[in-house]
Amino acid sequence: MTDTQISAPGAGIGRSGRVALAMRGMHHRLGPVLAVVAALIALWYLAAIPMNAQNSLMLAEREGIVLTPATASERRNMSGFALTLAEPSQAVARAFAQDRPRLPSPHQVLAELWDSTVNQNVTSKRSLVRHAGITLAPTLLGFVIGSLAGIALAVGIVHSRLMDLSVMPWAIASQTIPILAIAPMIIVVLNSIGVQGVLPKAIISAYLSFFPVTVGMVKGLRAPSPSDLDLMRTWNASATRTLLSLRLPTSLPYLFTSLKIAVAAALVGAIVGEFPTGAVSGLGARLLAGSYYGQTVQIWSALFGAAIVAAALVAAIGLAQRVTLKRMGLS
Amino acid sequence: MTVAAHRPARLAPWGLALGGFVLIGVAFLVGWQLALVLAVWLALWAVNVGVARTTAGTWAAPVLFGLTLLILWELTVRLFNVPGVILPAPTQIAVALAENTNMLRADFVQTVLKGALGGWLIGSTAGIATALLVARSDFLRRGLLPVGNFVAALPIVGTAPILVMWFGFGWESKAAVVVVMVFFPVLVNTVAGLADTTSMQRDLMRTYGASAGQDLRYLRAPSALPFVFNGLKIATTLALIGAIVAEFFGSPTFGLGFRISTEVGRLNLPVVWAAIVVAAVTGSLWYGAIAMLEKRLTFWHPSQRGRG
Repeated sequence: MTDTQISAPGAGIGRSGRVALAMRGMHHRLGPVLAVVAALIALWYLAAIPMNAQNSLMLAEREGIVLTPATASERRNMSGFALTLAEPSQAVARAFAQDRPRLPSPHQVLAELWDSTVNQNVTSKRSLVRHAGITLAPTLLGFVIGSLAGIALAVGIVHSRLMDLSVMPWAIASQTIPILAIAPMIIVVLNSIGVQGVLPKAIISAYLSFFPVTVGMVKGLRAPSPSDLDLMRTWNASATRTLLSLRLPTSLPYLFTSLKIAVAAALVGAIVGEFPTGAVSGLGARLLAGSYYGQTVQIWSALFGAAIVAAALVAAIGLAQRVTLKRMGLS
Repeated sequence: MTVAAHRPARLAPWGLALGGFVLIGVAFLVGWQLALVLAVWLALWAVNVGVARTTAGTWAAPVLFGLTLLILWELTVRLFNVPGVILPAPTQIAVALAENTNMLRADFVQTVLKGALGGWLIGSTAGIATALLVARSDFLRRGLLPVGNFVAALPIVGTAPILVMWFGFGWESKAAVVVVMVFFPVLVNTVAGLADTTSMQRDLMRTYGASAGQDLRYLRAPSALPFVFNGLKIATTLALIGAIVAEFFGSPTFGLGFRISTEVGRLNLPVVWAAIVVAAVTGSLWYGAIAMLEKRLTFWHPSQRGRG
């Protein structure tokens, strides 16, 4: 990147002033974020040394290296820190390349992620892309159902005093029910009456995503100022017309903000919905299978796969938000 | 009232009643059970419309609405002979709750008091403490807020198998899951709250020659409180979810999550629902307690002043 000033001659060539401004903003915002992320990764590497020390020293002993606490039984009751201090060189040297580490190091997770996405055929059972796709279907279906239900409920709450009084407290109470706890039951019960596949998981996703949308939309639909509402009244607009022409457009910024929360919640619902079905396919199943077989690297890569999917979904809605609000002249 | 004359004509009460009767009549053709359920629903709804207009409506309407749901649930299950394996009636759940009090109490202590509450206390304290440290540096704040917001949106429940592997099957691993789940929402909210002061207020503190501690005590902490409580309230529901879901990955032979997953396997649905009722009531009370504390401590905030 050159350091041409925006106002300097020739600054507009190659990249416009607006892009340059955006880059400056990036620089201002990106620096601290990168620093924090780098610090977290460094911490992660540091933590891997004591976490894996027990295993590192066992591997060293197998190769015939003489250690200070000589046998495994002597080491069993020692903490990871104590072991690291006792045999620093061995603990550090072997912490980052184990087969089944207690805490895999970042590059191992990245390598596994790369291996299970790029190096695998999409149809392969080991492909994380396939598993992510399987989890994505109920996520999106549940998200759509939940969002539509949330919007409908919000419209009802805004238009009916009775619904506002009676439904709203119960909508809040419904969220204190740990739905994820009911997830296995919903799956098993629906399974017993013949409903299988995407729908049961989508129901859990929908339940998790309807609430943020309801709360956000109630706020959004009430956002028009009294003078705007009075204007609609002077035009003798019906409630439906006011809803369509005034309330819904005004509520869009609120809608997008809550949709972002809702889609993240929907993904959590879909992942947890996979736990009770016995770990066949999907990101949640990869997590469960990894925990059954002690494949820590697989668990972490599934976790990061889920994180990437969540980030992509939130980013997609963020993009839709920016485009829509710009078109409407609201941003 | 000339304005009222121009409004679209509204259905008279008797018109609504007539519509209701027609609907019930149509339902009767499908089956008398459906007609009965609809009739009870519409009758209770009509009563509720009346109740909502009175001064007691603010608390009576939601209570009546909840009762309506319960009555409709019971009626539907009994009239349509829904098998208990699919959906038990509220009365059956109440019986299961009464019969298994001791077992559920042990589950409650294990999951809620040890796992959820313990983790929530540790996680929230750590979140607030970290936020207090972070808020002193603008650089750290700018870096940590996006990262924290990102992490808060991740499916953190997924760390449950890892943490169960690290901390064993006891309540400690559940508390660890709760700590991880609770930490970031509390951190992000507190950091945002500590930054929520106007330059005018900060300048005023400076003209008073306030020290960093006084600045925190009299300006930043109070203005952060509404945000902190927001984070704590989100954290209560997350804590219960975390503690229960973590039990699916391994637990001793008691705990609400263990109870739910094993009794589902035995298709003993009333006990499952009883465990869910315990969790839901706990969640509501916990949330309510935090909300009450919020009302006591942030009575001056606009969001608290408008109500009663």
